[in-house]
Amino acid sequence: MTVTDWVAEPVNWVFALVGLAVLLAGYRVVTTKNVVRAALFLVAALGGSAALFLLLSAEFVAWVLVLVYIGAVIVLFLFGIMITRAPTGFDEGLDTDNKLWPALLSLALFVTLAWASIDAFGANEILSTGDPTSTELIGESLLGRFVIPFEVVSFVLLAALIGGITIARRDPTPLEGEERLTV
Amino acid sequence: MIVNQFLVLAAALFAMGVYGLLVRRNFVLILLSIELMLNAVNINLIAFESMLSTPEAVGQVFAIFVITVAAAEVGIGLAIVLMIFRNRRSANVDELSLMRW
Repeated sequence: MTVTDWVAEPVNWVFALVGLAVLLAGYRVVTTKNVVRAALFLVAALGGSAALFLLLSAEFVAWVLVLVYIGAVIVLFLFGIMITRAPTGFDEGLDTDNKLWPALLSLALFVTLAWASIDAFGANEILSTGDPTSTELIGESLLGRFVIPFEVVSFVLLAALIGGITIARRDPTPLEGEERLTV
Repeated sequence: MIVNQFLVLAAALFAMGVYGLLVRRNFVLILLSIELMLNAVNINLIAFESMLSTPEAVGQVFAIFVITVAAAEVGIGLAIVLMIFRNRRSANVDELSLMRW
């Protein structure tokens, strides 16, 4: 597929626009000096990813991403930020001083991954655009072939729920001479 | 659409997540970077599913599993942050020298 062919498809314009927004939001998540803004930029990045999923005809997963991430996980993050960093504002001390090596490492990682995928999947095209994957198919797959992983992952979620409550709960009987912060 | 445009985008997002993981000092921001990396993996899975069109939608099912595990990870991670903050009055990981050998 040549560049002119690629530009001729309108769906690629949508991809370029959304992809640019996702990259910009992702960049701001790891560079901004304000923790609340980092969480809100993550909302933008995840929303853009959901739009990409819609382009790839994965309708159900896109809405799961919006509901679970933007609806629940980000709210949890904002709770965590409000509890540990209130009052929230701009803060210079969010990053370590040495940024050169992490930047070089992540750049090397990106070049390696991008080169490997371009090398392996040169011009493989995505043909199945248009009709969204039916939720019925995903449900049958989840409770058919993947029923054991499904049960395991539900158990993981239950264990995480109980573990989260147990870890964050205040111990009812403080130790002798233990100082407590009232949070 | 070619599959590579999604793979390269996901690689860029993953690299940003790695950068954030290494650079940030605040525990909550490290968790945000991990979410970015998991999301990059999801984009890969969905793109491959769309390319291969498996009869059982394997890629999408695995993306749902990744989302579920990420939700569990955030729950546990934030509980740990809360506990550390309660004890140390700080959520910065480089001040946590308690378990350093």
